Amino acid sequence: MSGDDAIKNHGAERRLFLRRTIAAGVILLVLVGLLLARIYYLQVAKHGYYETRSQDNRMRVEVVPPVRGLIYSRHGQLLANNQPAYQLEIVPEQVAESVKSTLDRLDEIVTITEADRSRFQARLRQTPSFRGTPIKLSLTQREVARFEVNREQFPGVNIRAGLTRHYPMGRYAAHVVGYVGGITERDLSTIDRKRYRGASHIGKAGVELSYESALHGYPGSRVIETNASGRALRQLDESPAEAGQSLVLTLDARLQRAAYDALGDKDGAIVALDPEDGGVLALVSKPGYNSDLFVDGISHKNYARLLNNPHKPLYNRALQGQYPPGSTIKPVMAIGALEAGVIDPDKRVWCPGYITLPGSDHHYRDWKRSGHGWINLTQAIERSSDVYFYKLGMKLGIDNIHRYGTLFGLGHKTGIDLPRENAGIMPSREWKHGHRSQPWYPGETLITVIGQGYMTATPLQLAVVASQIAERGHAYEPHVLKARRDPQTGATTPVAPEALSPIQLTDERHWKTVINAMKGVINDPRGTAHHYVGMNLKYPIAGKSGSAQVAGLPQNEVAPDLSSIPYQLREHALFIAFAPIEDPKIAVAVVVEHGGGGSSVAGPIAREVIDSYLDSLQGEPRGPITAKTEGVPRRVAADS
Amino acid sequence: MSSTTEHDTPTTLSGWLTYRRIDLPLAVALVCCGLLSLFVLYSASGRSQAIVIDQAIRLGIGLVGMITLAQVPPHWYRLGAPWAYGLSILLLVGVLVLGDAAMGAKRWLDLGVVRFQPSEITKLAVPLTVAAYFHHRTLPPRLHEVLVAGLIMGIPVALIVQQPDLGTALLIVAGGSFTLFFAGLRWRIILLLIAVGAAALPLIWFNLHDYQQQRVLTFLNPASDPLGAGYHITQSKIAIGSGGLFGKGWLNGTQAHLNFLPESDTDFIFAVYAEETGLFGVLGLVALYGFMVVRGLFIALASQDTFQRLAAASLSLTFFFYAFVNMGMVAGLLPVVGVPLPLISFGGTSMVMLLASFGVLMSIHTHRKMLVT
Repeated sequence: MSGDDAIKNHGAERRLFLRRTIAAGVILLVLVGLLLARIYYLQVAKHGYYETRSQDNRMRVEVVPPVRGLIYSRHGQLLANNQPAYQLEIVPEQVAESVKSTLDRLDEIVTITEADRSRFQARLRQTPSFRGTPIKLSLTQREVARFEVNREQFPGVNIRAGLTRHYPMGRYAAHVVGYVGGITERDLSTIDRKRYRGASHIGKAGVELSYESALHGYPGSRVIETNASGRALRQLDESPAEAGQSLVLTLDARLQRAAYDALGDKDGAIVALDPEDGGVLALVSKPGYNSDLFVDGISHKNYARLLNNPHKPLYNRALQGQYPPGSTIKPVMAIGALEAGVIDPDKRVWCPGYITLPGSDHHYRDWKRSGHGWINLTQAIERSSDVYFYKLGMKLGIDNIHRYGTLFGLGHKTGIDLPRENAGIMPSREWKHGHRSQPWYPGETLITVIGQGYMTATPLQLAVVASQIAERGHAYEPHVLKARRDPQTGATTPVAPEALSPIQLTDERHWKTVINAMKGVINDPRGTAHHYVGMNLKYPIAGKSGSAQVAGLPQNEVAPDLSSIPYQLREHALFIAFAPIEDPKIAVAVVVEHGGGGSSVAGPIAREVIDSYLDSLQGEPRGPITAKTEGVPRRVAADS
Repeated sequence: MSSTTEHDTPTTLSGWLTYRRIDLPLAVALVCCGLLSLFVLYSASGRSQAIVIDQAIRLGIGLVGMITLAQVPPHWYRLGAPWAYGLSILLLVGVLVLGDAAMGAKRWLDLGVVRFQPSEITKLAVPLTVAAYFHHRTLPPRLHEVLVAGLIMGIPVALIVQQPDLGTALLIVAGGSFTLFFAGLRWRIILLLIAVGAAALPLIWFNLHDYQQQRVLTFLNPASDPLGAGYHITQSKIAIGSGGLFGKGWLNGTQAHLNFLPESDTDFIFAVYAEETGLFGVLGLVALYGFMVVRGLFIALASQDTFQRLAAASLSLTFFFYAFVNMGMVAGLLPVVGVPLPLISFGGTSMVMLLASFGVLMSIHTHRKMLVT
């Protein structure tokens, strides 16, 4: 190395060093420029993007599901409420051992079925980390207590208090109130998913379904700050959920119960309307079912039991049952004939036990084999003469029968605010051509005018018919919603009833004629229902009985002894009525399936319902609904 | 230029500082940097007073060490550098044989009282030794001299790569190379070396550990594995980017506090700083670093012999290189290598050794012989 020790040229070396320093300075400036450009790009050009990423990073939005609105009867009794429920949940990240062994140990304290386990596994896959996954949805008080005692042994397992739907009236009002159930795939396709974030239940039947949108409310949200592993640290922001509206129904809880009980052990339906506004006072379909069963997911066994029950408890007979109205339709036909001017109400008509049509030897029988003799319209309605109405029908013709039936709402849905209503059938030439591809036969006119044959109506439609007659053509659309109540302010907004298109008669006296005849059904000693309904009347009642033949039984072949016919072939007993006649407060339709005689079986039930309601109006006069429904929760116990 | 002669009794502050061999501009910048470090660390560590106190103690030790080293005349460094170099080689061998493993890498030597990384000494020893080697030689260096300098760098680098500590190895190569560069290494040799280096890349690649390969791959495409290897860089970019112009404010950065940003108090502290202080904070820090580098280069230009020139210049440029590599890595400009942010990151050895290098710079500057005219 010593050989390299030439004399150093210090000046040249300095200049070399200076050049190198300048070069280094240039490189340095380039690198600093590069770095600052990068920082500028991140912090200024892409700031918005990274700002959002940073917010996403640290914040998690949690949905706060709304509290479902309550459902009250017209006098403030709870029909659907929210009860505290205790849910057992597990946070897998906080479990010390394996989740499986925790579940095994839990099973010794709180029964955990295989179904619970498989549901839990399914839910677990959808739950983000550090959030509880439900194991069991509703614990009994006993299970809650047992768990609380052993709580320390189960880190990561918590009990969360929530709300679950409960129906205090149970089977009595199941067909009106309906029920909620878990949201299914099918529900998801029809609802606004944003409103149902965090929600687990949705209305499935009855008012719970038809007023789902009002009852559900709007979800709120909580903004939670989280750390990188998703653990919630603190709440940054909250927009509270907007609770669903509470609903006050027109239903009279006491009457509903009385009507249900009045049916006794028979299957059938009762619809009681307030003719003055169309409000449904009672709507019974018997048998009912326990709507609480559906709330937390009905078990297969229970559901199969309900489905396979021969009495079909899930079937809402009041809205969906389509029965031949039988003689209950005669007042409507009478009005049609009067209005069409084809009969003189005072003219007496010869009524033997049967008639035949020209060119046919088929006997169209009267229910009374011996016939009624010479009778006018009033007597024909009172005694329910079939022959009188056969003759009336022949004069009126199917087109008019269809026209006047339709005027009273037959063959069309009433538009009640409950789901799955059926329209019944008000047959016509067009209908038969369309549905049977056959012309209309004259004989069919005869059986239609007495409410048999193709004609069917729901109990609700018959109650509307009774209301129309009671109100002389000025009835209201049937409905169950009386008022909505704001959950925050408690302010009640009544729902205005909607008038049905009025039935304008050319001569208003026709109403009186028919109503008098219906009064005679009960009051006149020869009226069909006099013995069964007309004793010790406290109010003037107008009514009409009916017996609907069940398909399979030869027409008008009424066996004298009911018990000799198989149950499934017995005729349905029907009755429509309203009272008091001059100031109608209630209009009722009763259908007792396979009950037999309308007057003897359905009549007394109708009277019991009317009495129960009018007694309650008389006995304890009730103030306006707004005053009554204040302080509702305290009334509940007293009412029930 | 300072006009105070060596033995005058100082009457002014700057006079006193020069008397004490302290370079005022550098000292002010370093203290600023140290204080800034304490503030940023307090935030980055999630308000850990223990960490701040720990760092303050190291800062104090470092400053005392720096002032001590500033008292040593520069030619002592020239004479001592080869010895220090030899000692550091011994220590590096020692680390490989009986070092403590931390995070899967053997870097630490536990001397009972202190645990430290011998590679940090090497960072200082290599450029000084290369500078000392060129002190008496005619510059620019000839090829065989370049090869000797290469060997001086190569031995410790080979040992450090075994630890493995790619970041430190890179910094040592950089330190030695900068000395060579300032010694006047011909451009054509520089270009040749770059070409050879590029050609050797595949060879280097296959000798990298899996995690090192992964880091490079991640650098090339961070989105490929956002929750795995790309997580660091993605989160640090989010931290920097969300800082904006003015930042979220001290203690208000969310990325680090909520643990989204890993290693927020060590290698990735720059992301916390950028998140909380924004572009203006970054400009301030870059200006501070820039000032120190420029001051160092100025000291080199004003120095009076070859060793001092080369040592001062390469130490200054190495300091810049540290800062650039760290910030570039955190900003996603460079692959992730374990290089701390100089004087800011939490870490004792790094802090002390950096201050030591500034001590050498101060010694060079304050021991100039004044030419009285």
